[in-house]
Amino acid sequence: MRLIRTTRRRLLAGSAALGLTPVLARAQALEPRVVIVTSFSREVTTPFVQGFEKAHPGTKVEVQNRNTAAAVAFIRETRSNPPDLFWASAPDAFEVLKADKLLAKPQIDLAGIPERIGGRPTNDPDGRYFGFAVSGYGIMYNTRYLRANRLPEPKEWADLTKPIYAGHVGISAPSRSGTTHLTIETILQGEGWEKGWAQLLEMAGNFAQVSDRSFGVPDAVNSGQYGLGVVIDFFGLAAKASGFPVEFVYPTVTTLVPANIGMIEGARNPNAARAFIQFLLSPEGQEVLLDPKVMRLPVRRETYAKAPQGFPNPFENPSLGARVAFDTDLSEGRYELLNSLFDRMITFRLKELTDAWKAVRAAEAQLARRDNAEGRRLLAEARAKLTRVPITEAQASDKDIAGAFRATRPDRPATGRQAQFEEEWDRFALASFTEARRLAEAAAKAS
Amino acid sequence: MSATTLETATARPWRARLRTGATASQVIAALLVAAFLLAFLVVPVGRVFAAAFMDGTSGPTLVHFGDFFRTSLFIESFWNSLYVAAMSVVVASLIAVPLAVILTRYRFPGTALIATLGVLPLVMPPFVGAVAMQLIFGRNGSINLLLMDWFDVRIEVMDGLTGVIFVQSLHYFPFILMNLSASLSNIDISMEEAGQNLGARGPTLLRTIVLPLAMPGYLAGASLVFVKVFDDLATPLLLNVTNMLAPQAYLRVTSVGLADPMGYVISVILVAVSVATMAGAALLLRGRDYATQQRGGGGLGKRALSPAGRALAWAFVVPVLLLVLAPHFGILLLSLATVWSYSPLPDGFTLAHYDTVLRESPQFITNTLLFCGIAGGIDVVLGVTISWLVLRTKLPGRRLLDVTAMSALAVPGLVLGIGILRTYFDVHLPDGTSLATSWIMLTIVLAVRRLPYALRAASAALAQVHRSLEEAAENLGAGRMLTLVRIVVPLMAGGLAAAFVTSFATAAVELSATLVLVTRDVDAPLSYGIYVFMQSAAGRGPGAALGVIAVVVVAVCTWLANRLAERERMRRARAPAEGGR
Repeated sequence: MRLIRTTRRRLLAGSAALGLTPVLARAQALEPRVVIVTSFSREVTTPFVQGFEKAHPGTKVEVQNRNTAAAVAFIRETRSNPPDLFWASAPDAFEVLKADKLLAKPQIDLAGIPERIGGRPTNDPDGRYFGFAVSGYGIMYNTRYLRANRLPEPKEWADLTKPIYAGHVGISAPSRSGTTHLTIETILQGEGWEKGWAQLLEMAGNFAQVSDRSFGVPDAVNSGQYGLGVVIDFFGLAAKASGFPVEFVYPTVTTLVPANIGMIEGARNPNAARAFIQFLLSPEGQEVLLDPKVMRLPVRRETYAKAPQGFPNPFENPSLGARVAFDTDLSEGRYELLNSLFDRMITFRLKELTDAWKAVRAAEAQLARRDNAEGRRLLAEARAKLTRVPITEAQASDKDIAGAFRATRPDRPATGRQAQFEEEWDRFALASFTEARRLAEAAAKAS
Repeated sequence: MSATTLETATARPWRARLRTGATASQVIAALLVAAFLLAFLVVPVGRVFAAAFMDGTSGPTLVHFGDFFRTSLFIESFWNSLYVAAMSVVVASLIAVPLAVILTRYRFPGTALIATLGVLPLVMPPFVGAVAMQLIFGRNGSINLLLMDWFDVRIEVMDGLTGVIFVQSLHYFPFILMNLSASLSNIDISMEEAGQNLGARGPTLLRTIVLPLAMPGYLAGASLVFVKVFDDLATPLLLNVTNMLAPQAYLRVTSVGLADPMGYVISVILVAVSVATMAGAALLLRGRDYATQQRGGGGLGKRALSPAGRALAWAFVVPVLLLVLAPHFGILLLSLATVWSYSPLPDGFTLAHYDTVLRESPQFITNTLLFCGIAGGIDVVLGVTISWLVLRTKLPGRRLLDVTAMSALAVPGLVLGIGILRTYFDVHLPDGTSLATSWIMLTIVLAVRRLPYALRAASAALAQVHRSLEEAAENLGAGRMLTLVRIVVPLMAGGLAAAFVTSFATAAVELSATLVLVTRDVDAPLSYGIYVFMQSAAGRGPGAALGVIAVVVVAVCTWLANRLAERERMRRARAPAEGGR
């Protein structure tokens, strides 16, 4: 069995080396099945699978749904007999697999697909994974909820810091959702480390929840548990297309990130896997993205001609995603650290943080009625305490600090102890928030 | 629990007989059980744990434990988890104890209703259950929307630790209800009659005779609730409460990465607390004998309720059942709803979701019945064997078997799933597929994860069968095996049905290990299908429809198992003794 497989792979490699044209390679019969591991929901995968099976009647597609973390773990553990394709949003998951040498380098015809969309490369420069759609991050809101609670419609991230939205906003933790991580990173890169954190922490003062799964946020907005959520565009667009009373907006500071597909090293059905990737990137495959249940931005320019009215188009609207020139290396270097910092400052201390902001806003309202200098001074101090993080931008990229948050591997020994930093940050958060609350209450009394 | 009969036995003359030591069949049974646990629990989990406890370069280390106790967030999480688990036991007892007493002691027209509906909360599938609870009780759920409309108030019952206690008690009280009512109905009527002859009646009788005799069942249930709540991560996560121990472990393992040591440190602490709880429950029972010799009275006498008593009973049962069934009602509505958003009731109703589910994926249902049925069967066999080894033999290391099996309760599904993948992925079945991702392994993993439930129920049932009944059989010439099969197991029928039902029903909604091991839609159970559907806005309806189907399937099976057990008990019972009351 093993022998036969190896021989066939050699033959394939040989034919590629001989420079046979892709047409000839495609003429080689596809395997009867192809196995895909994906984090995408059924609604997204089914139309593609149906389209592919129609185009290649001899091949059955087997889809395995797992969340991204479980999928990566699964692919790592199944080296000896891996699935054929990994299909998911978060580019960082592909980077992890690539670093572990788990992604193959298939020959894919990329004609007609731009190298960059919205400032970011569409495909992996090393040719190990391919963007088949792009997505931006923004704000999704429930229109019924806003009307019932008399809330204005938000436009920008900064809108979410307004006191009127207190207790109405939801987000998923960046450590739990690759998409939120990119949103946070984008805000930090777009606004700068200090201003970005100040904005995030003030926004967090309005958070009703920090959910542990990406879909938790659109789900809560759909059902009206809270009114607004920070989400990736297709959650909002697809919910709207399914009839929920929701809307979605892109703030100016956003970035477009490709959703990707890659072939696993040692795939048992390499021809069918390649054909599937090629199908996703083909004009027919791209059109499936406009299906109301899928709703993602295609990577082929011509597909937008068929999009419904008002569909966001990064080719026509250059401001979409362009304001932030996303620095991948910067993001990569502080990836784990940023997740941990967000969790220490916001996720695990949400109650203390929102209580402190409540006190600050109560004091602001007091001061607006009866102004006094002492009150304003105390309040400014409270605000300062609530809008800072324990480390500077330089420290966050410092190899010794950020390195401590990396998973240790034989080739990457630990440089410090994560637990120590986390304990320091937790104490910092708790002390700052408690103190800020005390200051704000004093300010309210002073006026 | 386990030690009861043996400890008391020390004083008795037949102890001498036991000293003759282990028979071959005992040794073989113990070895088989040990091999099973070793292969599918200890080795896989050990592989994951060990990999994580190594300090990269310098070998094993304890520094991570030090870090745990130095981290204030973990310490806080630890106390939060203890508090939530203890409070959940209290609240669950408040619900379950009266229900169990009404169920077993009185002729109450609604007993069948309580018996069946009382199990339903356990089979609330993950995701759907939480979604439904939010839709009903959430901060903008139906109840709060109505309350705000009418009275302008809001009940924040789904918030923070209180929310976790609320949901957990509603979810897990059946553990106490089932085990306690099994215990109660196993108490022989002669005990009660003896009490009555001595002048006790009413509440005194209940307090001094009945409830103390039912202690093994109550403690079995209560300790399960405690451990389950302590280790549960789905509920806190879905309510977005992260400062508890199990969610911390899960978040560490899944976001920091599998190589992160802290997640495993927490897992070890979870396992330790669970084992300590079980040991504590055993300690409470130590030195007492709960077995009753007489069999056949058909259990406790059932008495009529006075009109006032009946009114009181209804006044308790109806609101409790409404509360307990609210989430079920919620998913039923959701499965029939077109769009349900920020309103007390859905905008419109449709049957389309059921159509989608039945057309696209009927195999989820048959798979669940098959996998979980087999898993439940394995659990009953293993549970009876282990409890028999622990309570009736003096094999060295038997207590270790019990502890090992119980520790499955505290092993996060994710860890077990990854361990199984790591250990068995390279073992291939004849058709070339991997053993680790085949349905056979999924069934075994479900059995391992739910074994503790079956084991506790079996132990409680066996603790109430008096040794002398077996001795009688043995005196009549029956071998140990024959005695076990013909005398002990039939006498435990009620408890075994409880064991099977708990294993089966909870296996049917298992998700975390399933998610790691399932590779193909065609081999996937219901819980996986629900998870997959619930990941998108358009899938909420079909997901809920699948949830409703899951609840119905499990409820029907539970009812059948109960009926079988009841019939068996009636068949073995002496001619209806209640006639005279």
